[in-house]
Amino acid sequence: MDFALNSDQTMIRDTAAAFLADASSSAAVRAAMAGASGFDAKVWQTLAQELAWCATAIPEEYEGLGLACFETVLLAEQCGRFLLCAPYFATACLSVPVLLETGNAAACGRYLPQIAGGTLTATTALSATGLDWQPGKVAAAAIRQDDHYLLSGAYRQVIDAATAGLLLLPARLPGGETALFAVSATAAGLSATTHDTFDRTRRTGAVKLDQVRVDAGDMLACGEALDKSMQRACAGAAIALAAEQVGGAQACLDMTLAYIAERKQFGRSIASFQAIKHRCAEMMVRIEAARSAVHGAARQAATRPGDADLTLEAACAKALASDAYFYCAQESIQLHGGVGFTWEYDPHLHFKRAQAGGHWLGSSDELRERVAANLLGAI
Amino acid sequence: MSEDNAAFRAEISGWMQDNLQGEYQCLRHRGGPGDEDAHPELRKQWEQHLARARWTCVGWPEQYGGRNLTPAQQVIFHEEYARAGGPGRVGHLGETLIGPTLIALGSEEQKQRFLPGIVAGTQYWCQGYSEPNAGSDLGNVQTKARQDEAGGDWIVDGQKVWTSLAHESQWVFVLARCEPGSKGNKGLIFLLMPLDQPGIEVRPIKQLTGTSEFSEVFFDGARARNADVVGAPGAGWKIAMALLGFERGLSTLGQQAHFEHELQLVCAAAKANGAARNPMLRNRIAQAWMGLKAMRYNAMRMLATSPDGTVDGAADNAGLIAKYYWSNWHRDFGKLAADVLGFDADIASTEPALLRLQQVFFFSRADTIYAGTNEIQLNIIAERGLGMPKEARPAN
Ligand SMILES: Cc1cc2nc3c(=O)[nH]c(=O)nc-3n(C[C@H](O)[C@H](O)[C@H](O)COP(=O)(O)OP(=O)(O)OC[C@H]3O[C@@H](n4cnc5c(N)ncnc54)[C@H](O)[C@@H]3O)c2cc1C
Repeated sequence: MDFALNSDQTMIRDTAAAFLADASSSAAVRAAMAGASGFDAKVWQTLAQELAWCATAIPEEYEGLGLACFETVLLAEQCGRFLLCAPYFATACLSVPVLLETGNAAACGRYLPQIAGGTLTATTALSATGLDWQPGKVAAAAIRQDDHYLLSGAYRQVIDAATAGLLLLPARLPGGETALFAVSATAAGLSATTHDTFDRTRRTGAVKLDQVRVDAGDMLACGEALDKSMQRACAGAAIALAAEQVGGAQACLDMTLAYIAERKQFGRSIASFQAIKHRCAEMMVRIEAARSAVHGAARQAATRPGDADLTLEAACAKALASDAYFYCAQESIQLHGGVGFTWEYDPHLHFKRAQAGGHWLGSSDELRERVAANLLGAI
Repeated sequence: MSEDNAAFRAEISGWMQDNLQGEYQCLRHRGGPGDEDAHPELRKQWEQHLARARWTCVGWPEQYGGRNLTPAQQVIFHEEYARAGGPGRVGHLGETLIGPTLIALGSEEQKQRFLPGIVAGTQYWCQGYSEPNAGSDLGNVQTKARQDEAGGDWIVDGQKVWTSLAHESQWVFVLARCEPGSKGNKGLIFLLMPLDQPGIEVRPIKQLTGTSEFSEVFFDGARARNADVVGAPGAGWKIAMALLGFERGLSTLGQQAHFEHELQLVCAAAKANGAARNPMLRNRIAQAWMGLKAMRYNAMRMLATSPDGTVDGAADNAGLIAKYYWSNWHRDFGKLAADVLGFDADIASTEPALLRLQQVFFFSRADTIYAGTNEIQLNIIAERGLGMPKEARPAN
């Protein structure tokens, strides 16, 4: 495995950075945060339709670009760095892997070309309560009637719940098995509300289903097969989320370096104090280690490893990135002094995003327990 | 290419399997930092055994006795060597530090005279940089070298300290001051000196481990031949720094294979004594596993060569954090090992697996001191990696 980026990959990364520096500037992020949908539709249009970001990891047979998980990671890192407010993560990083892993060719053929073309956004609910795949905690129920199912129930936390065009929702079948359904946002009986989240850069909301009619063909998978695909898809999503977090951590460090270079106290730049140099260096150590873990995991994922290995790769990447992000966000507040505690400066945006994403797809403690179970057996 | 690599991997693991046997069996997983007093003589014989099969200095050019292996192949060699439990290499300072320095910057005569002994595993080297008043501030070395007008030899007076493996070596490379009154990194000379001579005395220092892996080396009218000056007199700093550049080598992945082995020992101990049921310890063991994985991928980023020659600063960043990351990982890991062992960590063991973990607990305290202390590493990361203001340095 060679870890160097090739010229296509550096171009993907640099083009994304150049686009986002403008489209997702601090002012743009704040405007999106204040808006009803949580994102700028024009920016999304450019990103999804012209730049075809959602197409990256979609195979060519579904009108995508057929690139590997690694390219998604490069994009996600830049999204995190610029705090992009957009349905990119839920659509391209979470729901695309879910559709692909569940492997329902008809459903893939129906939805993936629209996602690749940037005309459809998607999201996925992972349990009744939180944002980690827990089939045991699915509360919604599905009952088969002739050629369709009737779904009823609720999901407390779904990313982009109120804006996604397509919702992938798990529900329990009468026999106890869990099945996953593709449901249109416009389906009668489906309602979504947006939460008043502290992290305004990414909306989550609740979804309620009241006797929602779903075609039998939109039942994507069920039972053990579903569980297996969801674990793989969530591993892919966790690696992308980890990449975002590395980007966010990098932004915290960069922003801090810029501030402390200008700020003078005791007649000198505060960046010249060794205590501050060491804290910045420590941030860089954690960021680079997390970046190595994320790039390694993404390169491994591209080789289609076994389920257990993929899960461990993702656990490692996500735990290290998530911890590094929170660490850097809190350091960035501290090293900015008083202005670090204001709404006006950006550190708090990262601080809130770092905390929110920290438990998505497994908190660091949960992920470490997953690794421990593999090394030491169940407790 | 990967098929060749797989074959090469099999060749090494097969050779190790066949050869780390019989009289050498007891060397498995022995030696190396923290365990240097394990069978030193037998490990020197092992070096020569390796040499006969051309498994020393595998990355060196063939003209100097190496195999000219590609970086990828060297990584494979070090990994398989470590995985098989290959003993700590007594000759590593020769092979990884002074040898490459001589190949790059030595005179033809120096190459002819020294490289064959290093390759053959018959000539051992130690590093004479640190002094009582020149540790982190290496530029403050005060050991003096003056040229004997008659014969042209250099006469050396002064003291080195913390010289690892001096008691096992025949040669020392010495950084000394040859221009009286010069300060800092100016006016220094880089000398190759035989240790077995009247003007040199080696006194082992007892470490906190209770063993002695490093020594004080006293120079009192000791001699170095003029032909054994590397580079120009007065420009020794350049050679000394170039040598440190080789320190961050391909053996890092071999080192990680040793760490992996230590982690396996900890998992086995935890399962055996019930620590594996303690949620806090489980969490820390998993954290160690993750850190090791990150370290491995970081090393691969550091060693990455872009397929189409794209320049990417990322590899430099990965390199900058490597020493700080592994040494702190290992130090934390040492504490974890002791916590997993509990009472068993407190009683000196003769059982190899236990002993190894006990050694790690103590020796890993040195990991964050030698080869650039934690604080110096953070200075370097801040200054080179982040472009932050440099520390005040005395005017030269
Ligand atoms: C096991 C072991 C093996 C060794 N082997 C060798 C060898 O073979 N050859 C050899 O030449 N040397 C060797 N050394 C020496 C090693 O390189 C030095 O110990 C090291 O460079 C630190 O120097 P010092 O001991 O003088 O500590 P000092 O430099 O006095 O440091 C003391 C403390 O002050 C801190 N400090 C110093 N300067 C700064 C600064 N600018 N900013 C912030 N903090 C600072 C240090 O980080 C440290 O915490 C070895 C050391 C050990 C422990």
